[in-house]
Amino acid sequence: MSKSTKKDLYEAPDYYLLDELLTDEHKLIRATAREWVKKEVSPVIEDYAQKAEFPKHLIKGLADIGAFGPTIPVEYGGAGLDYIAYGILMQEIERGDSGIRSTASVQGSLVMYPIYAYGSEEQRKKYLPKLASGEMMGCFGLTEPDHGSNPGGMVTNIKDAGSHYILNGAKMWISNAPFADIAVVWGKDESGKIRGMVVERGMTGFSTPETHNKWSLRASATGELVFDNVEIPKENVFPEISGLKGPLGCLNQARYGIAWGALGAAMDCYDTALRYSKERIQFGKPIGGFQLQQKKLAEMVTEITKAQLLVWRLGVLKSEGRATAEQISMAKRNSVEVALDIARNARQMLGGMGITGEYSIMRHMMNLESVVTYEGTHDIHLLITGMDVTGLNAFK
Amino acid sequence: MKILVCISNVPDTTTKITFTNDNTEFNTAGVQYIVNPYDEIALSKAIELTEGGKGTVTVINVGEAGNDPTIRKALAIGADDAVRVNAAPRDAYFVSKQIAEYAKDKDFDIILTGRESIDYNGNQVAAMVGEFLDIPSISIIKKLDTDGTNATIEREIEGGKEVVTVTGKFIASCAEGVAEPKIPNMRGIMSARTKPLNVVEAVSIEEVTKVAKYETPAPRGTVKLIPAEQTEDLINLLHSEAKVI
Repeated sequence: MSKSTKKDLYEAPDYYLLDELLTDEHKLIRATAREWVKKEVSPVIEDYAQKAEFPKHLIKGLADIGAFGPTIPVEYGGAGLDYIAYGILMQEIERGDSGIRSTASVQGSLVMYPIYAYGSEEQRKKYLPKLASGEMMGCFGLTEPDHGSNPGGMVTNIKDAGSHYILNGAKMWISNAPFADIAVVWGKDESGKIRGMVVERGMTGFSTPETHNKWSLRASATGELVFDNVEIPKENVFPEISGLKGPLGCLNQARYGIAWGALGAAMDCYDTALRYSKERIQFGKPIGGFQLQQKKLAEMVTEITKAQLLVWRLGVLKSEGRATAEQISMAKRNSVEVALDIARNARQMLGGMGITGEYSIMRHMMNLESVVTYEGTHDIHLLITGMDVTGLNAFK
Repeated sequence: MKILVCISNVPDTTTKITFTNDNTEFNTAGVQYIVNPYDEIALSKAIELTEGGKGTVTVINVGEAGNDPTIRKALAIGADDAVRVNAAPRDAYFVSKQIAEYAKDKDFDIILTGRESIDYNGNQVAAMVGEFLDIPSISIIKKLDTDGTNATIEREIEGGKEVVTVTGKFIASCAEGVAEPKIPNMRGIMSARTKPLNVVEAVSIEEVTKVAKYETPAPRGTVKLIPAEQTEDLINLLHSEAKVI
């Protein structure tokens, strides 16, 4: 893999002095994650994205900086941190690349969280410490080829076979699937109730074909999960949960991380465009001196600042256990929209250079097309807000 | 092996430097502070040398309470405990004397510093501490191997390399190459919460220097472009204006 020799000069905008709302430990966690991203991610990420390959060697570093399940209690291998710290970590990682953040989100929010929240004590002890250290990697199977925004319609199912269950079905668009050691899978039991379970690589009838030719999240491995009469030991099924609220609880965790994370991508695009605008000379002066470019920059930093305040407040509520799913939807939707707009405007400011791999902007922009779609599409999150404020269901 | 690492709290490398109070004080408003990068190299080396129960690493900083986040970072990287000498660091003499006062009866086998702090770039503390403690001081080292008693040290000198051996206690200032700076991990950050950070009062020391004035460098002049075909003009300018030929 070739390493970029270009130095990552990223500086985060903090227009409203929000650093004052963070603890020293939050700032240390952020400084550590930022240093790690600059040292380990930035020099190689473009090359991996161009080759559509997941930089697997980064897993250990992600575990070391606490990216896998930072809010999980210490006795299970987590860091026992609050949700601001979790958000900060996701923001710094996605500042580097949404695909790498996706790997961390899946591991922490969609695999470790359900095992911690819905699993038995044996399941927690068996999986969580290894997942926290990156020794074991996980993926999450909810979306199906014919059931995306409507997961309740899923056809994946388990049948009781006495000593075990038999799992059949298929899941699609699964981050980490090609290399995951375990999968947290949601399927319906014979009474139609959604149940969650841990499927382990190596179980007969379980395969994970890779999804190729993506134009987005190219440095992240995506695949399918195929279950052909897989025997699932009964102790692998989560005892504590049934129904759609199981997977939706996980998605709340992940969407919360995305609300912070997408903003990281936005901040990177803004920072790149700001620096470029001071260096790029046209008509005898830096392009940052022209009104049309200043309009773009001023609007970017305004939107970033508003979104920073939003996710910070959401983090406080979440740490206090008061954040609602609807509030999380609003923040996820807003951050991704802000990030996409900023990526597109920043790309324009860089002119032709903006489309090359010399700069991170186009990679962020393409990544964000996935981020705006997964974990609840942009439209679905809007309907969630709509239903919350009107009390009227516009989903169906 | 007991190692003491001296760390400075310095403005981040991207800080825009300005002054206040009639240009006699550094303007600290809005400045982000970091562990001096050369000191991080020294600290990383100390951790390497003591890993696996082979010793302990103490970090010392001369500064006020605002430095504590920087000291916590050093603990997160892997120091076992920390000491802050509670006083604003006036100059290298003051800082060195405070460190020597603290270290004199603590029996450290090795004391490491960075080659210089990136704010004042004095490169004086290691030599002065060595003098105050009456131990050998080796400056700007590139490599360090030790079995705890005998150390072999490499220094870069004009046109080559100098290899120095030292037996017993010593102090050395570390440059790039001594160790790869370590990034703290989450486990380190968590354990830093509970590691001891002892605050000791400064000893009284006479003031030997005073900052009269700070100045920022003069802004860079404009560039004169000479077309490639006018080499004669270039030579004339290099001779008459730049006075380099």
